[in-house]
Amino acid sequence: MQLLLIAPLLIPLCAAGITAIFWSRPDIQRPIGLAAACLLLGSSVALLSAAWAIGPLVGQMGGWRAPFGITIIIDVFSAIMLVITGLMAVAVAIYAMGPGAVERDKAGFQPLFHSLILGVAGAFSTGDIFNLYVWFEVMLIASFGLLVLDRTREQIDGGLRYVMLNLVGTIFFLMGVGLLYGLTGTLNLADIARLAPEIENQGALAAVGVLLLIAFGAKAAVFPIFNWLPAAYHTASMPVAAIFAALLTKVGVYAIIRVFTLIFAHDTAFFGPIIGVIAMATMVTGVFGAASHYDVRRILSFHIISQIGYMLVGIALMTPLAIAGSVFYVVHHIIVKANLFLIAGVIREEGGFFGLRRLGGLWVTKPLLGLLFLIPALSLAGLPPLSGFWGKFAVIRAGLEAEAYILAGVALSVGLLTLFSMIKIWNEAFWKAAPVAPTGTVKGDEPPATRWTRRERAASYVPIMALAALTLTIGLWTEPFAALSMAAAEGLLDRQGYIEAVLGTPQLAELTGGVE
Amino acid sequence: MNGVMKSSLILRTMAPLVLWLALPVSIIVLIQGHNNPGGGFVGGLVAAAGVIFYALGRGPEAARVIMRVPPATLCGAGILLAALSGLPALLDPSAAFLTHLWWMTDYGLGTALIFDIGVYLTVVGTATAIFLALIRG
Amino acid sequence: METLFAITIGILVAASVYLFLARDLPRMLIGFILLGMAVNLLILVAGRIGSIVPALVPAAETALLQGTANPLPQALVLTAIVIGFGLAAFALMLIVKSQRLMGTVIPEEMGEAEGDEAATGVALPGEPDRRKDAA
Repeated sequence: MQLLLIAPLLIPLCAAGITAIFWSRPDIQRPIGLAAACLLLGSSVALLSAAWAIGPLVGQMGGWRAPFGITIIIDVFSAIMLVITGLMAVAVAIYAMGPGAVERDKAGFQPLFHSLILGVAGAFSTGDIFNLYVWFEVMLIASFGLLVLDRTREQIDGGLRYVMLNLVGTIFFLMGVGLLYGLTGTLNLADIARLAPEIENQGALAAVGVLLLIAFGAKAAVFPIFNWLPAAYHTASMPVAAIFAALLTKVGVYAIIRVFTLIFAHDTAFFGPIIGVIAMATMVTGVFGAASHYDVRRILSFHIISQIGYMLVGIALMTPLAIAGSVFYVVHHIIVKANLFLIAGVIREEGGFFGLRRLGGLWVTKPLLGLLFLIPALSLAGLPPLSGFWGKFAVIRAGLEAEAYILAGVALSVGLLTLFSMIKIWNEAFWKAAPVAPTGTVKGDEPPATRWTRRERAASYVPIMALAALTLTIGLWTEPFAALSMAAAEGLLDRQGYIEAVLGTPQLAELTGGVE
Repeated sequence: MNGVMKSSLILRTMAPLVLWLALPVSIIVLIQGHNNPGGGFVGGLVAAAGVIFYALGRGPEAARVIMRVPPATLCGAGILLAALSGLPALLDPSAAFLTHLWWMTDYGLGTALIFDIGVYLTVVGTATAIFLALIRG
Repeated sequence: METLFAITIGILVAASVYLFLARDLPRMLIGFILLGMAVNLLILVAGRIGSIVPALVPAAETALLQGTANPLPQALVLTAIVIGFGLAAFALMLIVKSQRLMGTVIPEEMGEAEGDEAATGVALPGEPDRRKDAA
């Protein structure tokens, strides 16, 4: 059990180590990378079934007892996130064998990719707030390296914007952690959760909450600190953009959900409205930003921001249904958004460009691609019976039940605008007649130099089909996924259960006597 | 190479001497980390400083040659070693990952030393990689 | 002692905010490093400043003696310094790279990634070139 508990950390760590040893041997790196991704997925599924059956799984690293050592805790929510991380790792590891694989692997794609997965998996499984900070940084440094993999001018520029804004977010996180330690004298999340309601200086605790909200918000790209995302994501190579779109912002969302249900749950009256307003502003700015763009990658980047808003609704309302809706939405969004980025890469290979004005007629030449695009695109917009419909349904219904009518209304209308953006891509890239051969090249959007081989085509299409099938499955056979989300939400709202799982009941009594 | 100034005769001559002085010192620092200030991180920095001094004196290419393996490989080996040092603890099913085992306590021999060697290699790899990339551009 | 720390942190933050307002990236990076230092001091203060005896276990003992300093904030600061160093080193590499590739370290003069019409509104035959009109 102890080995299974750390498997999501150990597997990517070893994969990063081994692929770094074989730095200049892509032929060795690739099978190892794919095998590690599959192992990660397998162990995460095993963890999910264990956490579902027996509740939160806890391990104390190095055998140091709970508030003193670093705790690894995997509850249903963490396990769901780990499974989806494993799934994305497999999909992107296959997709990365497509066009451009040789250049990417020579630049060090594999070690950086697995370091990124390590950071993400670590953030999902830790029960210690300083450890969370460390995993965030592991993820961040790996993402820096991945973003500027090709070292083009465009990437360096986008990378600088991304790096500078994230550095500031990092500092805010560190500040929040330092002050939280000053207030509670502990870094263990469960221990902090136990002490938080009893702290005399609740004002200082609220200030820490705001600092952490800024820090996580910067990672999650919420309003008004989202600018780095559309400035950087579209410059990355497509597999990198897909894994970023799937996981990076979601780690920020995960941290917000985890910390605000655990530590600041007693202060919902203060944080609820703040997060609610942020959620609405995020939804609206994201969708309007997307409406004004004509590059597939940038439209998709802005839609990430808009969707983050939906995920925050659960934390704003703090009802079981709302949080379950958020969890479901995160899962749905990761699958759909990663798939759309993967498809954007294929559109570029098949159609030659990312710019919508230069694309066209793909429906005639590539009907399969059109069909594969429609599934995640309509799911993103929230059309039944696809997965996005159920996510939006849960979030909006929770809003109506909590009488947050404005929030629910904004969520509804943003869904319509999302549909508009997706139809724009559909019309321009697939439906309209192919434009006459365009003249001149544009920075960052030159057509690919060589046609792709059959193997590369298979590597690109297989993950897209698998993810589209998954989207359909979640949409048509929703019940088990909804039940999982409900279980995750109940676990998140059961603070006492989390605290007892980490600290243990007898230990708890012993500790309460010894607080200074 | 074009960005590097031609170094002086003294620097060129001293470079190997400093390197061969830094390496044993770094190992001593690594091993005494068991009970005294020191350890893999500091030891790794000392060793990396030696390599960097060598690169300043003889140029980054010469430093790459004397390192024999690419910095990334050192880094990867270090990470792997540190990760694997936690595994022997799992032979005892109730123990947690990274619970360190000691074989000869007096000399500080145990899985913690393996972990420290891993840290040492990672730090040497990372620090030299950063520096060599900076002076080459 | 706390007052001295508070004043130092204040000065560091003021200096870093001033540097963040600069147009060029090297100054912003120095601002980030200074801000990191300020936060490290903040963590030390948050962990209470008391004893200055190093937190080392003497050879014959098995636990820390009474009256030694709290080692946890020191460990946190050490970790934060290492991470901050890594981030700063990477940012510095990017700045050096941008100087070599684009000949500038001022974000507004780059306009590679944010060039809005760049990959979007390119002129098709028979359509006005929106990029030229904007320029």
